[in-house]
Amino acid sequence: MEFSTIIQILDSAVRLSTPLLLACLAGLYSERSGIFDIGLEGKMLAGAFAAGAMSAYAGMPVTEGGLGMTWGMAWMGVLAAVAVSIVLAMIHGFASITLRGNQLISGVAINFFAAGSTVLIGQHWFRSGGQTPPLSGAQRFGPINLPFADAVKDVPFLGPIYEGLISGHNILVYIAIATVPLTSWLLFRTRFGLRLRAVGENPGAVDTAGISVVRQRYAAVLIAGILCGLAGAYLSLGTSAAGFVKDMSAGKGFIALAALIFAKWRPRAALGACLLFGLLEAIGNRYQSIDLGAFVVPVQFMQALPYILTVVILAGFIGKAIPPAAGGEPYVKER
Amino acid sequence: MTVETQTQGQPSTTAPVAPAIELIGVSKSFGPVQANKDIDMTVAKGAIHGIVGENGAGKSTLMSILYGFYKADAGEIKINGVTTEITDSHVAIASGIGMVHQHFMLVKPFTVLENVIMGAEDGPLLRPSLAKARKVLENLAHEYELDVDPDAIVGDLSVGFQQRVEILKALYREADILILDEPTGVLTPAEADHLFRILENLKSQGKTIVLITHKLREIMAVTDTVSVMRRGKMTATVKTSETSASELADLMVGRHVTLEVEKNPPNVGETILEVKNLCKTDGQGVKKLKDVSLQLKAGEILGVAGVAGNGQSDLLEIISGISAATSGEVSMRGESIDLTDKASAAMRRERGIGHVPEDRHALGLVLPFQTWENSVFGYHNNTEFSGKYGLANQKAMMEDTKKKIEKYDIRPTNPHLLASNYSGGNQQKIVIAREIENNPDVLLVGQPTRGVDIGAIEFIHKQIVELRDQGKAVLLVSVELEEILALSDRIIVMFDGVIQGERMPKDTNEQELGMLMAGIDPEASS
Repeated sequence: MEFSTIIQILDSAVRLSTPLLLACLAGLYSERSGIFDIGLEGKMLAGAFAAGAMSAYAGMPVTEGGLGMTWGMAWMGVLAAVAVSIVLAMIHGFASITLRGNQLISGVAINFFAAGSTVLIGQHWFRSGGQTPPLSGAQRFGPINLPFADAVKDVPFLGPIYEGLISGHNILVYIAIATVPLTSWLLFRTRFGLRLRAVGENPGAVDTAGISVVRQRYAAVLIAGILCGLAGAYLSLGTSAAGFVKDMSAGKGFIALAALIFAKWRPRAALGACLLFGLLEAIGNRYQSIDLGAFVVPVQFMQALPYILTVVILAGFIGKAIPPAAGGEPYVKER
Repeated sequence: MTVETQTQGQPSTTAPVAPAIELIGVSKSFGPVQANKDIDMTVAKGAIHGIVGENGAGKSTLMSILYGFYKADAGEIKINGVTTEITDSHVAIASGIGMVHQHFMLVKPFTVLENVIMGAEDGPLLRPSLAKARKVLENLAHEYELDVDPDAIVGDLSVGFQQRVEILKALYREADILILDEPTGVLTPAEADHLFRILENLKSQGKTIVLITHKLREIMAVTDTVSVMRRGKMTATVKTSETSASELADLMVGRHVTLEVEKNPPNVGETILEVKNLCKTDGQGVKKLKDVSLQLKAGEILGVAGVAGNGQSDLLEIISGISAATSGEVSMRGESIDLTDKASAAMRRERGIGHVPEDRHALGLVLPFQTWENSVFGYHNNTEFSGKYGLANQKAMMEDTKKKIEKYDIRPTNPHLLASNYSGGNQQKIVIAREIENNPDVLLVGQPTRGVDIGAIEFIHKQIVELRDQGKAVLLVSVELEEILALSDRIIVMFDGVIQGERMPKDTNEQELGMLMAGIDPEASS
């Protein structure tokens, strides 16, 4: 295999793992605080739609009823995605923290709501089968060429890595990767993180220490909403899709959950897990079928790889993943 | 009601000091249940004040009000003479109140330091807080015999050490008033003694301590004053030196109770159950039982003492057919019993082995089911309960349950009530009635009085002794040494999966048993 091919596959892996990583970290905040979040998928999808719709609207000429903006439309899209995702996150929070409902049911409801409403509203607004209009220019996030990318391109080995793999992604990719050390620091080095982890393990301990369990959990769910919004915005503004397509999250929210379990709820491991899933998807996309001489691995198998891995992980073949002790349990002061 | 106003145990000689805690007319109800009725209580500064009462008497509710966990419906709370409205735990902590909960409020995967600082951090970053806490903990360890490794993961510590972490949490927050809720329930006698030394130390530093317990012996040993609660009311407050354990017991129950178990000398017969070289290795490869052998004779109560988790539970589970043994044999009247995982509790019952499990919620009862169902479970296939066409004879079951309810004084007397709606004592009576009334030759009893109030303890003990007087064999597992000493005709002590020693109750005492429980053989070392 040629070196440049490897670089291309890895580059594609990074791009494919970005939405997984953002969603996975969203889940990490939520679940570390004791709120299971099966609604990552729905929040991401709603975010993707909001981003696509807002960016399209912002870039539409005033004469056609748009805002007529010429720059920053993509950022408007991000804001819309985050806002919509936060609203859904708060609904989940209200159901599972304040009303102490079943967190799985609330999450599933959000997934269904997002899947249905995005298409319905999209069709009503844009009349193109639930899609948003194709986005171009500043309506999307383009690649950022890091300094000296062109200059070092020809340096052997390191040059292509810098130019082809590290440079040339859009801003959301870099934000996603920067979120990993940030999360790690926040969780393990700050008061906020200590309390967040504690509330997912033993909310009673947090309550008796004079800290509000409810506030702590809402904060975590809020952060999860923001990150899911970013993940959604990436799907419609940062990929080659260039706009919102029906059901474009395609189970990524669930794979992110699998990655979260695989990573045992740790931020750095989450990065690794998401890159692995991204890599499998990249390989599946690149090689339609692999000829092993004796037999040919069919394309369907390659495309199913991430999902097969998910099943293997969830079946518990990879070590023992112990979730936060109070996960999924509404907090009720005992009598 | 006597109200204690003296500033007892207060070293200062200045003018009268305001009491540390003063409750005036505190009431609290949960729906129709009045948990606290018009409570007045005064706790002198620098004293160890005990609160005793049966389960459900309202002790924990009262302390939860003091700690801001619940808000009182009415009444006034004064801390150090200042009227304080304790709206949440935060206010309680700020007023200098610290609480050691019965079920520890610790985050198990955290280190000791992280647990100590949580909620009392100095700033948004952890590092300075952790450094400061490390220093403070060092001083506290020095001052009060509260040594704990600050970097240990709390979940890896023994319960005794976890409790120290709870105390350290309170002291780190500069608590002047320390409330301990049933602190010795999970401790070995040696750990409990250590705790009491710590409390004495704290008292000598001028701290006020409120000790909630149902163990009268502890109250008599360490407190200066004691308040008695019954059915949500404060019935008396007395000086410990002027009362006795039996007087307190009567005050708690509201009638005269006997703490001693009255029993005649045993009429020991032949060996009924014999255990030989029993071994058990669990799924993680931990050896839970190592070559345990014992004989259980007709007409005797064999007590098995030991700190929880030293193999007693495994012994019970194997004999009762719940789990399989790794090797060894058990025979009943000379016939061996199946110890593989093909065995079941039903097969044991056919052989005449009844079982009152240690954990009545998990194994003894189906909590969301009604009493009549619970009182026949395991025996529901008996001929007297089978009706026409192979269906259950509900009428017979109901009649049988009503008899048990009457004989065992189970309250409320409604056979349709869910098991979860009974108090611990009455739940236990349902289980005991079911097992004893089926007339077993061998009764295995695990923790018969855990979470059971004094009145019911007296009753349950009587039933066990009565069964033994009928010539049946009883294997009693209990972590309560008092219970073991009071009931047993013979005592074995288990430690780390082995029988550490055997004693006759008249030849031994709690100290000796306590050492055996800790793996030390006093005879061997002397």
